[in-house]
Amino acid sequence: MHEMGIANSVLDAVRTEMKRYPQSYPCKIGVRIGEMAAIDPEALRFCFEAMIHETDLASLELAIEICPRRHRCSGCGHEFVVCEYDSRCPQCASLATICVGGDELELAYLEVEEYGSSTVGAKSTE
Amino acid sequence: MDRVPLERKVLSENDRIAAELRARFQEHGVLCLNIISSPGSGKTTLLERTLAALTQRDRVAVLTGDIQTENDANRLKRFHFPVKQITTGGTCHLDARMIERHLADWKLEDLDLLFIENVGNLVCPSSYDLGEAAKVVVLSVTEGEDKPLKYPSIFFKSDLLILSKIDLLPYVPFEINAAAENARKVHPGMEIVKVSCQTGDGLQEWMNWLGERRKAHKALMETASR
Repeated sequence: MHEMGIANSVLDAVRTEMKRYPQSYPCKIGVRIGEMAAIDPEALRFCFEAMIHETDLASLELAIEICPRRHRCSGCGHEFVVCEYDSRCPQCASLATICVGGDELELAYLEVEEYGSSTVGAKSTE
Repeated sequence: MDRVPLERKVLSENDRIAAELRARFQEHGVLCLNIISSPGSGKTTLLERTLAALTQRDRVAVLTGDIQTENDANRLKRFHFPVKQITTGGTCHLDARMIERHLADWKLEDLDLLFIENVGNLVCPSSYDLGEAAKVVVLSVTEGEDKPLKYPSIFFKSDLLILSKIDLLPYVPFEINAAAENARKVHPGMEIVKVSCQTGDGLQEWMNWLGERRKAHKALMETASR
């Protein structure tokens, strides 16, 4: 259960980033989580909500994108999503494939809104 | 509304410290291994047997992590190598900052080999880079052979799987070949060693793996310093 620590790191990053935008407030933070990253998205969301509750970031939305495990074939170069742990190349059946995605634990983007703009207080709809 | 691209790791602060540690280990030619398993799989016993087989010329040290108690460090100190306990006080994994802090009064130039025994947990330690050269995962035969499928991340990220407690195989319904197959499903080509710390079976194979790693690490250091 390290999602609390991960949520804390995400919020630290938001606060650090917001120093560059003193006229704005953060609406939405986008993170990427690979299916091999050993992070439970629902536990992360729970921790995140608990940590922002009744703080200045209470309206901050967390957007989680799950990234599948992807491999690239060292033989034919084909890139594919690995299902059911089958990392054999579906194109040429080679077993020599390397992992190129699926263990992401990344901050993708931050959406910020200027104070006093028309949508103040409204949650991001994207 | 503006969207600002961030494109960096969530644990970038941990990764920054881990990268510094890795650079220091490389500079001093220290092979660092991060040993991970569920609680009770036999990490400490494996380390006891390993330390017993090494000599003072091996210049080895151990950092051992637990939530509470100095018990593991006390067990490992009997072999007269530098050993330090990291008690996390509740945290379910070690992070790079804990390693940095506990290494502060050790001279890395006096070491060739550093074992980090992580907190017993198959999930959380897999997210935290400690600057190690390799992760080693231990799975005992009293657990399920489907563990690699249930907890793929750590099997995927570890270079070696140690199947431990194989002396218990006659008494437990553990299909050792299925366990190996599951590990290699998650991590094709994964190296696997089967050991019993009670009978000593397979320990030589583990020591050989360790020896090969140390040799390869040394060769890499020599190439890098040229």
